Amino acid sequence: MAHDAGTDTPELIAGDGVRRRDFINIAAVSAAGVGGALTLIPLISQMAPSADVLAESSVEVDLSQIKPGQAIKGIFRKQPVFLRNLTPHEVAEADKVSVSSLRDPQSLAERTKPGKENWLITMGVCTHLGCVPLGAGEGEVKGEFGGYFCPCHGSHYDTAARIRKGPAPKNLEVPAYEFTSDTVVKIG
Amino acid sequence: MSFPWAKTYNPQHPFTKWMDERLPVPRLVYNAVGSGYPVPRNLNYWWNFGFMALTCLALQIVTGIILAMHYAANAGVAFDSVEHIMRDVNWGWMLRYAHANGASAFFIVIYIHIFRGFYYGSYKAPREMVWLLGVVIFLLMMATAFMGYVLPWGQMSFWGAKVITGLFGAIPLVGEPIQQWLLGGFAPDNAALNRFFSLHYLLPFVIVGVVVLHIWALHIPGSSNPTGVEVKSESDTVPFYPFFIAKDGWTLGAFLFLYTALVFFAPNMLGHPDNYIPANPMSTPAHIVPEWYFWPFYAILRAFTFDFFIVPAKLMGVLAMFGAILVWFFLPWLDKSPVRSGNYRPLYRKFFWFGLIPAMAALFYLGGAAAAEPYVMLSQIAAFYYFAHFLIIVPIVSSIERPEPLPFSITEAVLGHDEKPASAPAA
Repeated sequence: MAHDAGTDTPELIAGDGVRRRDFINIAAVSAAGVGGALTLIPLISQMAPSADVLAESSVEVDLSQIKPGQAIKGIFRKQPVFLRNLTPHEVAEADKVSVSSLRDPQSLAERTKPGKENWLITMGVCTHLGCVPLGAGEGEVKGEFGGYFCPCHGSHYDTAARIRKGPAPKNLEVPAYEFTSDTVVKIG
Repeated sequence: MSFPWAKTYNPQHPFTKWMDERLPVPRLVYNAVGSGYPVPRNLNYWWNFGFMALTCLALQIVTGIILAMHYAANAGVAFDSVEHIMRDVNWGWMLRYAHANGASAFFIVIYIHIFRGFYYGSYKAPREMVWLLGVVIFLLMMATAFMGYVLPWGQMSFWGAKVITGLFGAIPLVGEPIQQWLLGGFAPDNAALNRFFSLHYLLPFVIVGVVVLHIWALHIPGSSNPTGVEVKSESDTVPFYPFFIAKDGWTLGAFLFLYTALVFFAPNMLGHPDNYIPANPMSTPAHIVPEWYFWPFYAILRAFTFDFFIVPAKLMGVLAMFGAILVWFFLPWLDKSPVRSGNYRPLYRKFFWFGLIPAMAALFYLGGAAAAEPYVMLSQIAAFYYFAHFLIIVPIVSSIERPEPLPFSITEAVLGHDEKPASAPAA
């Protein structure tokens, strides 16, 4: 064997068998590994929602034209949002249900603003796989519980938009919103 | 890599000799799909579907590349650019119909190819790797087909994208961030459309790569055959070229006859009229279903309407849908029978024809049916049987079954006698 100059005995540190070449190997592989891993950050995060998509984050809706029993569809984050003026009967219907018996236990009061219990504002996105449930438009099927019905896989929501039957795991999501006046609501 | 009696490539022309010494691609082709690859002489028509599948892949890549020359992957104009292809581009209508129906044809061929494998035990040792790579190809095909269906940006495109990416939302804790990451937004939009186009263009070439591995792995032990008895001697085989190429060519002709009939006379039969309505994020089509080739798995997804212990129904449906394909990865080890072919397995054969096939047919039908009773309950029964087949029936049958006697060799199976049998009785 030819003598391997530069990596042999003269390079041994403190006689414990560690060579300078070992240090260089570990340092080089570590730097390359960490550097390579860090390159993944832009490659992966470029797929996340971009700044312009995130910028469309709030919308104002005028409720003055919605009579009790009616609903409209708004758009929030490019997804439908249902704004529904519940009739006293529908409110009573929702309050009648024992909360603990629900799949996703929530009362109507928890899903609305104080003093505005008749205004049910939810995303129009089924919590199963994201279809738009029926029931907000004039003449649409409202399902077995008088709220919303998702035609894709048959989820039924009640008058508080709570899941009552079918594959959806959660109630229709209530987005963050506030009343900026008596008749105007700001979502997001 | 091949049998000792395989013909060897012997270039005669000075140019082919020159080439062979520098880049022996002709030799590779000769050994892979030419006279240098001996195949069992008893291969029946069910063995033609691999070649047909390869043709479909080539057809999809050629038509797809042409369509990409005229298509615009932007949510604002994608739908119109597809209409532009259909109305204005020379022969655009034909190329698009050929591509859309080509996907259906590809899946018909691949389903037959897969079920050939189930019946004849093609997944068994020493061909497990061929099988595993095949399942990978199937998964890649499904991803490619799904993303391709999104590109026209019609109603079914949009809601298909929404529902399928919604599947990832079922994953606990990280589901919603993953879904937003996949879509690049809160709902399918331009970002999703663009990346789907990019991947729809890329994945077919990944499939080509895995197909090369699939064929490579197949050529190590050589092709299986309807008896499941391994090749023993030269009289058991014929060279792939010209014998099997000719047979492949015949069925390819028959296949193209049916395929072109579909393209020219019923191009929208397998599609959905709703996809000729531009995508509308505010309104879901009344009857939303995926393309027909996803129906069995879609039926399994929808079969889970109840929580399974601590697993919510939605997650359970998603796990079952993916599990329905992932279970195929374990098949070579779930089926412990030493006999390969269903022809010699009386019990397995019954469960195949009267169990698995009807269950699969039912799932195909139910996946396209409405999400209402009695379809949901029937889906549950069929889905249960589907999993029972792979996880319970196959392992049990393979250990209790008494197989029928195997022929001594392929030659004996074909001719009734073999020249060399040492112990076999004279016929």
